[in-house]
Amino acid sequence: MLKDITLGQYFPADSVVHRLDPRTKLVLLIMYIVAVFIVKDIWVFGLVLGFMLFMTAMSKVPLNYVLKAIKPMRLLLPLMFLLNLFMIRTGDTIVSWRFITITTGGVRQALFIVLRLIALVTGASLLTLTTTPVSLTEGLERLLSPLKIIKFPAHELAMMMTIALRFIPTLLEEADKIMKAQLARGADLESGNIFKRAKAMLPILIPLFVNSFRRAEELALAMESRCYHGGEGRTRLKVLKFGWRDLWAILIMAALIAAVVILQSNLDIDGYIIGLLRPLWTRSA
Amino acid sequence: MPIVIEKLTYTYQSGSVNAFTALKDIDLTIKDGEFVGLIGHTGSGKSTLIQQLNGLMQPTSGRVIVDGYDMSDKKQRAKGRSLVGMVFQYPDYQLFDETVYKDISFGPRNMKLDNDEIDRRVREAMRLVGLDFDEFAEKSPFELSGGEKRRTALAGIIAMYPKYLVLDEPMAGLDPAGRRAVLEMIDGFRSQLGCAVVMVSHSMDDIARSAEKVVVLRDGRIFTCGTPQEIFSLADELYEMGLEPPFAARMASDLRRRGLLLPHGIYTNEALAAALAEYKGGRGNA
Repeated sequence: MLKDITLGQYFPADSVVHRLDPRTKLVLLIMYIVAVFIVKDIWVFGLVLGFMLFMTAMSKVPLNYVLKAIKPMRLLLPLMFLLNLFMIRTGDTIVSWRFITITTGGVRQALFIVLRLIALVTGASLLTLTTTPVSLTEGLERLLSPLKIIKFPAHELAMMMTIALRFIPTLLEEADKIMKAQLARGADLESGNIFKRAKAMLPILIPLFVNSFRRAEELALAMESRCYHGGEGRTRLKVLKFGWRDLWAILIMAALIAAVVILQSNLDIDGYIIGLLRPLWTRSA
Repeated sequence: MPIVIEKLTYTYQSGSVNAFTALKDIDLTIKDGEFVGLIGHTGSGKSTLIQQLNGLMQPTSGRVIVDGYDMSDKKQRAKGRSLVGMVFQYPDYQLFDETVYKDISFGPRNMKLDNDEIDRRVREAMRLVGLDFDEFAEKSPFELSGGEKRRTALAGIIAMYPKYLVLDEPMAGLDPAGRRAVLEMIDGFRSQLGCAVVMVSHSMDDIARSAEKVVVLRDGRIFTCGTPQEIFSLADELYEMGLEPPFAARMASDLRRRGLLLPHGIYTNEALAAALAEYKGGRGNA
């Protein structure tokens, strides 16, 4: 039943993007998010989306895998679009009918919010599609390690993430077994109102928690008996290497941000296009 | 009425690339009051098969009929399921309530019995598994020892008075005294409640002691099925399959190879001892 759920959506392939250092990919994502947020011109946004498509092509991940990330937002996106379309009243008025008013500012803002969300979610999902959870946490640990000076527990945080990810399938399998054991005792999980159903989950949740605590204790014991004592002085089997490839990737991303800034400070394509279209609504008004 | 399994085939994730057929063309009947031992190496489909018996899994093709209820049908399944009590390998997957008493009464409460009947059944079940009522009823199931937990889990199923009791390796992880106690308990339920028992076990010695019928699974198919005498005379074949025939059957086979003229079909220690005594007596007389 529960085993069908897939978590950690890594897509195995051999590509330049897959081979990038996880730290580089994390930094790239942050830079990409910055780029997404500084764009103020819809047509310059095409540059950012184009870059996204370029990275997807380089990663050899099928485009529909990346686009799957948008699926959970299929309700949110239209809602955001409509809210912005009707609520924002700046620029020229295009339509004004009873209480509905649509302005050029509203159209722009609505398009923007949708494009931004899509760009952010697909970018983040490209990261998890091309990076295994383990190397991702390792990259995070290394990126955060300078913060150790101010006693930030970077290693512990990464270790906790690794352990949590490792035990998700185990927990799912166990939940499945417990569910079966209680169903065999006549537990009814499907009927009744929401409170009844929540109460019916107790016979499943309690053994799940009890077993998790026990396993956590056993895991801690097993780690300690192999002399685990935190991150200090710990070496790695696979040492992360920052290579030319990574430098290039960061330079390209920096170039993208620069292009965005220069383009939109020198050109006002949106304003130009709105100007071109203006006769359409001034005539009808 | 019996449990009838007809042409049962079960495929995990059927239709996908990972499709794996765990059971193929199983035909089996479990009669009222019968003690069936189910053996097979790891991955032979034992667990999948017993989960079909109370509808936790449904056949990909073929049928499972429990006392006339078709387990593929959602409405009939609930009725069929109430006849089949299922005890899983680890009691930790089952115990959840504040006290042993409440935990054991979970099943009967789900059956919507009245309180007097529930109380009577819980006391009866605790007596049958050898848990002292005054000592254990108000204890938390989480502070029990491993053996006591297993007894509590068993009692939780017994209290539902199943017509068929299905046990998945009930002796796993118990010491010899614990194993013997569990086996004696199972015999106790059978004589007092008159239920049929289906027991999965790796230990053929345990199966040899009580089963009336033995089913050997191999790669999802019934390799052979018959009385313990018939099955354990195949000691060498079982050994080849990676299973451990009962000690007495192996010993008898070894002794025969050394030239002792012992009769065939010995699979319990008692039978072996008797045969050896007779053999010695026979020679002494000659």
